[in-house]
Amino acid sequence: MAEPRPPRNLPPLSLHVPEPRFRPGDAVDFAQFDRGAAGAVARPDTAVAAADIRDLPYALIRVLDDEGRAKGPWDPRLDPDRLRAMLRHMALTRAFDDRMYRAQRQGKTSFYMKCTGEEATSVGAAHALDQEDMCFPSYRQQGLLIARGWPIGDMMCQIYSNSGDRLKGRQMPIMYSAREAGFFSISGNLATQYPQAVGFAMASAAKGDSRIAASWVGEGSTAEGDFHSACTFASVYRAPVILNIINNQWAISSFSGFAGAEATTFAARAIGYGIAGLRVDGNDILAVYAATLWAAERARGNFGPTIIEHFTYRAEGHSTSDDPSKYRSADERAAWPLGDPVARLKQHLIGLSEWDEERHAAMDREVAEHVRDEGRKAEALGTLHDGLSQPFTTMFEDVFEEQPWHLKEQSEQMQAERKAAGI
Amino acid sequence: MNMIQAINSALDIVMGRDPDIVVLGEDVGYFGGVFKATEGLQARHGKARVFDTPISECGIIGVAVGMATYGLRPVPEIQFADYIYPALDQLVSEAARLRYRSAGEYTAPITVRTPFGGGIFGGQTHSQSPEGIFTHVAGLKTVIPSNPYDAKGLLIAAIEDNDPVIFFEPKRIYNGPFDGHYDRPVTPWSKHPQSAVPEDYYRIPLGQAKVVREGEAVTLLCYGTMVHVALGVAEETGADVEIIDLRTLVPLDIATIEESVRKTGRCIVLHEATRTGGFGAELAALVQERCFYALEAPVERVTGWDTPYPHSLEWAYFPGPVRLTQALKRVMES
Repeated sequence: MAEPRPPRNLPPLSLHVPEPRFRPGDAVDFAQFDRGAAGAVARPDTAVAAADIRDLPYALIRVLDDEGRAKGPWDPRLDPDRLRAMLRHMALTRAFDDRMYRAQRQGKTSFYMKCTGEEATSVGAAHALDQEDMCFPSYRQQGLLIARGWPIGDMMCQIYSNSGDRLKGRQMPIMYSAREAGFFSISGNLATQYPQAVGFAMASAAKGDSRIAASWVGEGSTAEGDFHSACTFASVYRAPVILNIINNQWAISSFSGFAGAEATTFAARAIGYGIAGLRVDGNDILAVYAATLWAAERARGNFGPTIIEHFTYRAEGHSTSDDPSKYRSADERAAWPLGDPVARLKQHLIGLSEWDEERHAAMDREVAEHVRDEGRKAEALGTLHDGLSQPFTTMFEDVFEEQPWHLKEQSEQMQAERKAAGI
Repeated sequence: MNMIQAINSALDIVMGRDPDIVVLGEDVGYFGGVFKATEGLQARHGKARVFDTPISECGIIGVAVGMATYGLRPVPEIQFADYIYPALDQLVSEAARLRYRSAGEYTAPITVRTPFGGGIFGGQTHSQSPEGIFTHVAGLKTVIPSNPYDAKGLLIAAIEDNDPVIFFEPKRIYNGPFDGHYDRPVTPWSKHPQSAVPEDYYRIPLGQAKVVREGEAVTLLCYGTMVHVALGVAEETGADVEIIDLRTLVPLDIATIEESVRKTGRCIVLHEATRTGGFGAELAALVQERCFYALEAPVERVTGWDTPYPHSLEWAYFPGPVRLTQALKRVMES
């Protein structure tokens, strides 16, 4: 322990350790949070110089107002079919999460992570991107796969590590990989996908292709070195990439202040890199869609990368291993001033006379049945609880393209030992 | 050709054959690299294929993994192996495991070139030999040439390999073989038979060691600069030493090692990296497991000490002729 130095004629220094505003038991009051008004933020041309929009990272782009009306220049003016498709994809994501959360609690798998409250950030982005664009997701973007029409049965098999798991039971649940869906293999190490997305975008540009890349990190992961490497490379080479930051306020139990949120916004990270930065209401799927489309058009026009901060709220725990009631006020979720993304789009569609409560209830039943049916089929192929679903020698495959002698020997040794042990 | 020219030739040839090969790294473009290994490549193959990067090893390797995901075959350069640590996560957790974790959906066929090793008064930040860190990682291949001919053939094979490869270049012997006698002038490669490097394409398969000197009394396992230290000591002592240049640490040519140790009954492993947990420990364990009954003496390790690489004391650190000669004596007498 360092001894205090003898006093000098100077005030003692003090260390600032951030503290969230509300802890368990605290009453929640978001009155100080300035949401801005829906429709109030200007929408610049996608060719705009990043230096000319340095105010945008401090604003909050919102389209839907409190009555569910779409307002202002960022209103993407989507047709009702598209809006209904987005609503269904969010509802399906939520139903999928609920089913798999229960499956984990029933011991059918080891782990699960819900994205409740954040569905718009993935589903909205997926609808704004081309199907061909490449996604480098983090672990809470199951909405991308669902919105791209990827079979949820395949995702369930991955979660169960069963015989239908294309990843041969090697990855933790929810760490999907779906090349056909333009969905990169998920890593548990944070922010590693960020420079990879930039590299993909650089390669696409170097080849004169038209595909762009997009990546997602949580706000906590912006503290990782990879985040800053990626921003530097994206800026230097004007990579056609969209760098999304999902600011859901919480990194396990660390609030966003530990990633620097007390000092500035995450979108404002863009300013130092000379990158365009947008900050959007992440619970407003029209705002997410519009911002993503703007950034995609900017990338496709060779005007450079965009950082988008999606300001949202992680309504549930970090994962099934987490109990948020131990570190944050239980009232936060209900008091969250930007509402729920599913409810807001539903309200918008009803306001347009393109939806009603009956249809909504029917949709909820339909997605729940779909999830249940797919869940049964996936469980018929086994769950983690059932033990080994893959031939155990697959463990030694895919380390290299061709199996070298030492892995062949280890595989043979394992087989011999199991045989001798009568397994 | 010297080793730099051989590496340059390899890069030039493969880039001419495959438009998906790209070279990236600090100073590799217009300037041609601080060691000149990439000189002229940007002029010949264009800025979109040979380009400078920010000083960010994490970014260089992360971007290379993303480029490989697109379908390119990146050859990133890390200017000194000592600087590779910020990129370690991208190499270990990403490039190395991508094929496995995605069950083959994605692969990272990148070849990371990096100068390594000491003997150049580089102090502790320009002298390290971190190969043991990478041989420990499942999914990475580790290649270390010891002469210009091998450097070209191995580099071509590494770049064409579909797995991630770390290609360590022993910078002490870029310009000429070095036998560990730091107080003697070094003969340039131009006077050495292994500098006769064909201008054209050829490959040396990964995973094949080379017996560079035949002998009956003791097997010396080594790679990179140490091959020349071993050859020098064999010459000076007249000992009947069989010297094996491993060339590839992963995958390792175990057959050549076993055959030699069974013949000689004695084995010394020699490397510049620190001893504890080094690749020499793996070699000693393999020889012990597979050739125990043929051994007439304990396997001896001649390595750098377990200290950071010191600047002015580097010749006391470097496992040179004095240390190797005494180890040879001990092994032969036991």
